[in-house]
Formats: sequence, structure tokens, C-alpha cells
Amino acid sequence: MTVYQPPGRPGSVVEFRSRYEHWIGGDWRPPVRGQYFENPTPVTGRPFCEVARGTSEDIEAALDAAHAAAPAWGRTSPAERAQVLLRVADRMEQNLEALAVAESWDNGKPVREALAADIPLAVDHLRYFAGALRAQEGSLSQLDEDTVAYHFHEPLGVVGQIIPWNFPILMAVWKLAPALAAGNAVVLKPAEQTPASILVLMELVADLLPPGVVNVVNGFGVEAGKPLASSPRIRKIAFTGETTTGRLIMQYASANLIPVSLELGGKSPNLFFADVAAEQDAFYDKALEGFAMFALNQGEVCTCPSRALIEAPIYDRFLGDGLERVRAIRQGNPLDTDTMVGAQASNDQLEKILSYIDIGQAEGAKVLVGGERVQLDGELAGGYYVAPTVFEGTNRMRIFQEEIFGPVVAVARFDGFDDGIEIANDTLYGLGAGVWTRDGSTAHRAGRAIQAGRVWTNSYHLYPAHAAFGGYKNSGIGRETHKMMLEHYQQTKNLLVSYSPQALGFF
Amino acid sequence: MAASQVAVTPAAAGLMRELAAEHGPLMFHQSGGCCDGSAPMCYPAGEFLTSAADHLLGVLTVDGLAPVEVWMARDQYAYWSHTHLTIDVVPGRGSGFSLEAPTGHRFLVRSRLLTDEEAQALHPGA
Repeated sequence: MTVYQPPGRPGSVVEFRSRYEHWIGGDWRPPVRGQYFENPTPVTGRPFCEVARGTSEDIEAALDAAHAAAPAWGRTSPAERAQVLLRVADRMEQNLEALAVAESWDNGKPVREALAADIPLAVDHLRYFAGALRAQEGSLSQLDEDTVAYHFHEPLGVVGQIIPWNFPILMAVWKLAPALAAGNAVVLKPAEQTPASILVLMELVADLLPPGVVNVVNGFGVEAGKPLASSPRIRKIAFTGETTTGRLIMQYASANLIPVSLELGGKSPNLFFADVAAEQDAFYDKALEGFAMFALNQGEVCTCPSRALIEAPIYDRFLGDGLERVRAIRQGNPLDTDTMVGAQASNDQLEKILSYIDIGQAEGAKVLVGGERVQLDGELAGGYYVAPTVFEGTNRMRIFQEEIFGPVVAVARFDGFDDGIEIANDTLYGLGAGVWTRDGSTAHRAGRAIQAGRVWTNSYHLYPAHAAFGGYKNSGIGRETHKMMLEHYQQTKNLLVSYSPQALGFF
Repeated sequence: MAASQVAVTPAAAGLMRELAAEHGPLMFHQSGGCCDGSAPMCYPAGEFLTSAADHLLGVLTVDGLAPVEVWMARDQYAYWSHTHLTIDVVPGRGSGFSLEAPTGHRFLVRSRLLTDEEAQALHPGA
């Protein structure tokens, strides 16, 4: 067990600046209008730094820097760009603890997740795209004896990226790695709830990236995000967030005729078929952990398995064992490596979760465990903690249909394969899903029948690079964490070459 | 008086007046999905292009303001139609491109079930 010192105290492994400016052109740049906002840590609710409040002027300055850097960066050889990504990955790996504690402090997540998942996954992601770039090939088609079509990959130029607050560093790297590998320069707008950890990262790798290749402008969505998303000076916009802002971003992109990639969340079903309980073995234990996975990152995951569907014959028993697993979850100081569930990322997130607990009960769903705010002692008293909560109800209830983004799972039973799939698919979204069974045929049939971009089969919440991640239905457009994302950040240049000396004969 | 499916708390109405003074007439679109989703997004009226894919939940009347339309995607409304929504405000940080984010407050929807009379008036024959 380790309890990390909070940043700002003697012995902390990471130090935040008391005030952060924008990161533009490889250096700190004060906001043009001179405004800053306070950044509280969800761990205690108290501000720990000030962050520049960006506006359209700052976005323009960042775009200037990006446009100045893009041509040279886009011309570097794949080997050179890959090497930059590998160096960034190495630097992050060497500073694992500092980055993990920074992430935990900015976001509220338990440091054990940041140490074991967020930062190592970000490191691997950079290495993956370094490798994917090196191995990428264009194509050549021989159309006839004298005509050949070449397809080259070219960078788009300057792209915009808007990052969510649930995995601030990992989500930034998911987007930065393919964009940079492809040879683009980036203007990145972090979420205003978690503006600081990304700047710790930028400062850490400042000497590795050419100035202007990555620019970070903080601020509020309406003041900084909108000018970025609607700018005619970007060639693509990538966004992770929710549906209304997703539609608005598409609307702005349509004005500029640029592509978007969107990841907009889900309401992911987690199906437990009856044969899961055929034995009390390691697999059964794994399935119970799969049930409890709704609490990972306090439920602030787009693929949170927030609908647990349990087949009727094992319903009572599996649910009983699952509840026991949930009661054993340790909630507390996020900087303690034994803590499994930390703080929600913001006060309004806390309030939203509590409002869903209210409507769930009003609709007749039963709280089996949790269902309330947790008041911790001492310095943590002002933090935003919610007890892991299990509801029992039916799939038409709003708590089964809306992403609560908290440690809340809604449980229902299903009768047989068809019923299970029907309930699983009765949702507006299609990002993630889980299927648990000992039967290989059931696993494959269920996985193919569920309308979601990622179906974890006898697993959940794994996010390796080289497995595509993205949504069906209202969950978005595009696939991340896979080499196919490289092409989302590339233009295709076709050179159509004739080496026949003969005229076509038209004129 | 006709049944309405949306309402606004005095605190939220106060914040709307502040925002309208700066941005002009307002509208809401209820968001779904992750991060800042499942929350009412406030925009200058007309900023968000509604379409046949959206359902007008109601129009808020706030003293001193032009009527404020409250929208939701039609497919999402299918799951919300039995509930009444009240737009409230809490201290908070960030909400997509919603206008209130820089104020340190955030709009929030509080929900209750429709009464039988309201349900009958809003969904006759249902």
C-alpha cells in the first residue's frame, strides 16, 4: 500500500504550477484577454491552480503556430515521426508516478487505475502508432498495360481535437498519437474540468516535440471549444463527449466541409448467460468482477457497463454474489493505491448522478446497494464522492436508457438468448457491450447480434491498442485505438499515370 | 391552462436572464450520451439547428425574456415522454458549448413522473 502525498505538499511526486498559461508554439503564452479560471481538485473540492481562460484570440494564436509548424512536420520521414512518438512514450513511462498522481488529482480517479491503466495505455498507444506508421503502405493499382494509379497518404494539415475529462491524458493521447503519426499539427482543447494534467504532460515532453506541432488552449466550451470547432483553419475536428455537442460540432463542420470523428457515449449492456454460474471457479469470479466493472473510474467511462442483464435461471444467485462484490469495493482517498473508487470529476457531475438516483426511485427501481452521496472525513469532506449503486428495474426506465456517468448499474433479468439480445439492443446507443458465457457459440452469436462497436467477450474494460473502438447508432462516427484511425487523419493522393505515347483520340 | 412537460426553477430563471442580457434570446437542447451528456444545453436561440429529428418539449416563459424553446432528440424523447422536467442550476464546471459554463454554474434537469392528468393532457389516448 502506498499513499501519495497530495500535490503541493512536501514529498509529492508531482508539482503543479500555481498558474498555467496556454501551451502555444512550444512555450507558455498568456491568454490574450488576460483571464484565468480556478481549477479545483475533485478529491477535496478545493482549487489547486489557475488556468488560462482561452478565447477565439487564443485559438487563432494556436492555429497560427500550428500552421507554421505543419508543413515541415508533415514532410518529416515516417521514421523520424515514429521516433518522436517513441521518445514521448519513453519519457511518459519514466515519469509514470508523476503523471498518474497528476491525473488523479485533476480528475479524482483512484491513482491505482492511473498507474495501471491510464498512463501505461497512453504509453503503449504512442508506441503502437509509431509502429503502425512505419508499417503503413500506400497502394499501387495497375489499371491497364500503360496506366497506373498510385495512392499516397498525406497529412491533412492542421486538425482540432476536443478532449473529455474522464481520462484526460489517455483520451488526449488516443487522439494525438494517430494525428501526429500521420504528420498533422494539432490544436487541442482539454475539458475545463481537467485542464491541468495535460499541461504537466506537455511541459514534460516539451523538448521532444517541434514547437507548434501540439498546441493546447484551455477554456470553456463556448469560449474556446466553439471557435476551434467552427474554425475554417482546421481540416478535421475530433470530439469525445455527448450527443448535443456532437451534433453542434457536425453542424459547424458542415459549414467548413470538413470531416469529424465523434465518440458520444453509450448505455452499454453487460449480459450474463446462465451457464456462467455452472461452476464456482475462477471464471465465475471473473464474471463477478465483470459485473462490478461499472464502478471503474467512478462510472465515468463512455462504455460503463451500466445495464447488467442476467439470465433468469441464475438471476437471484448471480445478483446476490455480485452485490457482495460491490459491497467489498473500497472507496476513499484517490491517492491511496488501495482505493478502488475515488471522486466524481466535478460537483455538477455529482449532482447529476444524484438526480438520476432520484428519478430511478421515482420510476419504481429498487436500490439494492448504495444510492447516496458519501461524505468522507477530514480534507476529503469537500470532495465529490458517490457510493457504488446497484438498481433493479426494467429496461424502459430512464436509468436504463440514459448515461448517468456515475458508479451506477441498472440490473434486469432476461429469458433466453433472443430476449437478452432484444433488451441489449433496446437503446439509442451502441458503443460497448459485454457477453459472459462458457459456450463458444453463444459468445459468438451474441457478440455479432449486439449492435455495438465493441463487444467484450468474457472480459470488460480492456482498451488495448490494435482493437478498434467506436460506436454504432448514436454513439458516434469513427474508430479509435486502431491503425484505421491513421487514415482518418490522412488525405489520399491519387497519382494517375499514363506511360502510353498514344493520344486518346477525342480531339 | 394546458399541461406542460417542462418548467424552470427561480434560480435557473435568474441565470437565464443574465445569459440573455449577454447573448440575446435563448434555447435549450437536452443532451444524451457521455461526459457532459444527459444535461440541458443552453444556446443562443437558433444556434443549434433543430430538425424533424427533434421534439419540442415545451416553451419556457421567464419574465423579461423572449419565450425559450426546450428541445430533445425525438428518439430520446421516446424514453422520456412519461416524465416532467424542471431545469435547475447547480454550482459546476463545464458543459459542452452551453452558455452558462463560464459562470461557474451549470443547468441540470430534475425529473419527476407525469401525473395521470398531465399524461392524459400531453399524450391523449396513450
